[in-house]
Amino acid sequence: MRSKIVLALGLVGVPLLLRNLYVILFNLPDEMEQGPVYRIFYYHLPAFFAATLCYTTAMVCSILYLVKKNARYDAIAMACTEVGLAFAAVNLITGMFWGRISWGIWWAWDPRLTWALICWLVYFGYLMLRKAIDDPTERAKNASVLSIFAYVSVAITWKAIEWWRTQHPGPVLSIRTGEQRIDPAMEQMLYVNTLALATLAAIFVITRLRQEEVQREIDALRRYAHAL
Amino acid sequence: MRTLRHAAAIAWKDLRSELRTKESLNSSLSFSVVVLLLLAMAFDTGSEIVTDYGGGILWLAFAFSSTLIVNRSFAREMPNDCIDVLVASPASGASLFLGKAVAAFALQSGIQLICLPIFGVFYNVTWWRNPWQLLGVLLLGGWAMACIGTVFSALTVNLRLRELMLPMLMYPMLVPALLASMTLTNYLLMPGAMPPDFAQWLRLLIGFDIIFTTLALALVETILVR
Repeated sequence: MRSKIVLALGLVGVPLLLRNLYVILFNLPDEMEQGPVYRIFYYHLPAFFAATLCYTTAMVCSILYLVKKNARYDAIAMACTEVGLAFAAVNLITGMFWGRISWGIWWAWDPRLTWALICWLVYFGYLMLRKAIDDPTERAKNASVLSIFAYVSVAITWKAIEWWRTQHPGPVLSIRTGEQRIDPAMEQMLYVNTLALATLAAIFVITRLRQEEVQREIDALRRYAHAL
Repeated sequence: MRTLRHAAAIAWKDLRSELRTKESLNSSLSFSVVVLLLLAMAFDTGSEIVTDYGGGILWLAFAFSSTLIVNRSFAREMPNDCIDVLVASPASGASLFLGKAVAAFALQSGIQLICLPIFGVFYNVTWWRNPWQLLGVLLLGGWAMACIGTVFSALTVNLRLRELMLPMLMYPMLVPALLASMTLTNYLLMPGAMPPDFAQWLRLLIGFDIIFTTLALALVETILVR
């Protein structure tokens, strides 16, 4: 069943990604002030949204684990965090390339960039904590608590582009600002590419979840064999 | 009321134990002075711009030294399984956290008050320009460190790599509070009127304290019960 879901998501996501790449490169016009480099935003912003979606799912699953003590929620939280970290890394790296071309520097210690990096480090700490605990129940419990704490940094990163008016571009999407700040065709492409990357994230999460469940089965068998 | 009474008893126990043994107090104080000394060598302390980064230096020293204090918060309960007795006692997890956090906060505040004049001497900075506001920032920033540090101390107390994991988890989480404390301290060290974003950073620091104290009180029971 899960393989079929992955296949279905792949059949939707991969053609959509390829179609988006074609439209971004060949159909959409250059931005008036930035020229062609603005196209990086079609991956920078959707990658951030995909990462936020993963972190939010991880936080919800962590709460569910603490309430229901079902190990599957912990596995989903772990898979979502790993995939979220990968997408957050895409967000940071694409932002660095854009900054190098537009600002002339790879990294500006702008609060908006800094929060995104802090958020990444906090979730990296989550994975480190998991590695450091051997007992599965203790690991799931402590990691769930940390995931809830870590989500505060996601909320700060989300609000940072409103709280600090710095050289990093402010919010542009009409659903957030309430007014049309960019061309509707460009905005629509941002949404469509967010959908494509979210589909990709879902495929990664399901695949990682399957690996984690197999790993847990192997660990349980090892413990059983050791007990014998 | 009962929670507060239990918290006060635990805080008093921790403070007495620390004042008797001075196991983390001495090391933490000397470490923060060493950090101030080393950073003084890295920067030109005679220049006017020292007030621009003075807050950063001061809070770095506080952050490094606070790790040594909070690291012992729960670790001191590990010998003879004292932690299990504390968890099994009528005191709730919230009062246990609150007591430990208050004790760590009191120890940190003592170190901050000693380090402040040393910082003034080393860096040639007039730190008493806005004493009450500075005290407020020290209290708010200190509570953020004590609160996050105590929760993560509970989270990492059973780990093999406790000394490594605690700062690795604690510092990224503390960055918003540290950044706000550093910026506010810089503003308070500078002569003249406060910049317009002073209130924004202060709100961030207060918000951080409220959010993380609430989260810690809500979740600490889950962490402690094994």
